[in-house]
Amino acid sequence: MNVAELVALVWLGSIAAGLVGALSGLGGGIVVIPMLTLLFGVDIRYAAGAALISVIATSSGAASAYVREGYSNLRVGMFLEMATTVGAIVGATLAAYLPGSTIAVIFGFVLLASAAFSGHAGHEPSGDEPPDPIAGRLRLDASYPTQAGPQAYRVRGVPAGFAMMLVAGTLSGLLGIGSGALKVLALDWAMRLPFKVSTTTSNFMIGVTAAASAGVYLNRGYIDPGLAMPVMLGVLVGSLAGARLLTRLEATALRRVFVLVIVVLGIEMIFEGLSGRIGS
Amino acid sequence: MRIENGSRWGDQRIEQMIGRLLAFGLALAASVVLIGAAVYLFRHGGEKPDYRVFRGEPADLRTIPGILGDARQLSGRGIIQLGLLLLLATPVARVALSIFAFAAQRDTLYVMVTLVVLTLLLYSIVGGYL
Repeated sequence: MNVAELVALVWLGSIAAGLVGALSGLGGGIVVIPMLTLLFGVDIRYAAGAALISVIATSSGAASAYVREGYSNLRVGMFLEMATTVGAIVGATLAAYLPGSTIAVIFGFVLLASAAFSGHAGHEPSGDEPPDPIAGRLRLDASYPTQAGPQAYRVRGVPAGFAMMLVAGTLSGLLGIGSGALKVLALDWAMRLPFKVSTTTSNFMIGVTAAASAGVYLNRGYIDPGLAMPVMLGVLVGSLAGARLLTRLEATALRRVFVLVIVVLGIEMIFEGLSGRIGS
Repeated sequence: MRIENGSRWGDQRIEQMIGRLLAFGLALAASVVLIGAAVYLFRHGGEKPDYRVFRGEPADLRTIPGILGDARQLSGRGIIQLGLLLLLATPVARVALSIFAFAAQRDTLYVMVTLVVLTLLLYSIVGGYL
């Protein structure tokens, strides 16, 4: 296979990965890494570098559409970014010291955990929760637009959310993913943000976290232009098409199929990592 | 009652600016990557790639001055890397713009928070690691 053929195949595969990422709700980055390592035999560090680039592209692409709707909570996002960027720098640095096989096994377990939480429905605020002292001091409470007009909500669980974001950032830097599933879980489950606010705020945070990791990856030589180029362009096309499909289809059954794909990929990554076929 | 964040006119306007900035940054980055891709495939399309063994990128593709130098010599890989650098800059620009959003609200606490995030981002990109 020559360079042109590899670029074409990786581009097509990345479109598929972007589609699966969008339809399963887990993001393209998390699908693209097993595709590159398992299908194309790419070293997991190059795969992680290319995936991170695609995560930034997808985040910016989705955000330019989201931002006008006014759902995201900029204060919550920025406050927690302190945790995710520190985590990202730590994780990306750690990636240089761990063997590829260990990273593959951790990646597999993160895939499985993300799939397990992906059905998580989210909740709507009742608006009459008591105020939380920490969230109050940090002015995190806000409102978001609904069909019945602006709905106020209160934020809580700031320390738990902050701790989860440290972990999300570290995993993002270590594995080259956006850690979107864990971020939504922290915002929605620990901090009780409305689901729409959680997903848009998480999307904003994913881009910033990935940029922090990508800086370290770039300096360490993980980002190969010949590989990152088809991955970025492919995942971007696939995830934008997937997001458009999602609004048209009632996607629960379809979503289950894709979550199953993710589970299989997770098991495969763990197996390949343990058997030493990845990153020996 | 104090109007909460996210619903204010000033916020809304800055968010729209941020949305346009992200769309523009992404389009610019993707175009530069596409131009680099054309040059790269035209010159090196027939070569044998090898990504099985990790060797790391050459030093000039790891740093901002190195990438700029390669792109100026119209190297395909250099131009792609420049596009990726522009892509990396879009979330950074978004954080930087948020400083103005918070400053306009005289929100000193969040101006500080945002400055911390921006410093961490720049530290990572300019070449610091632990």
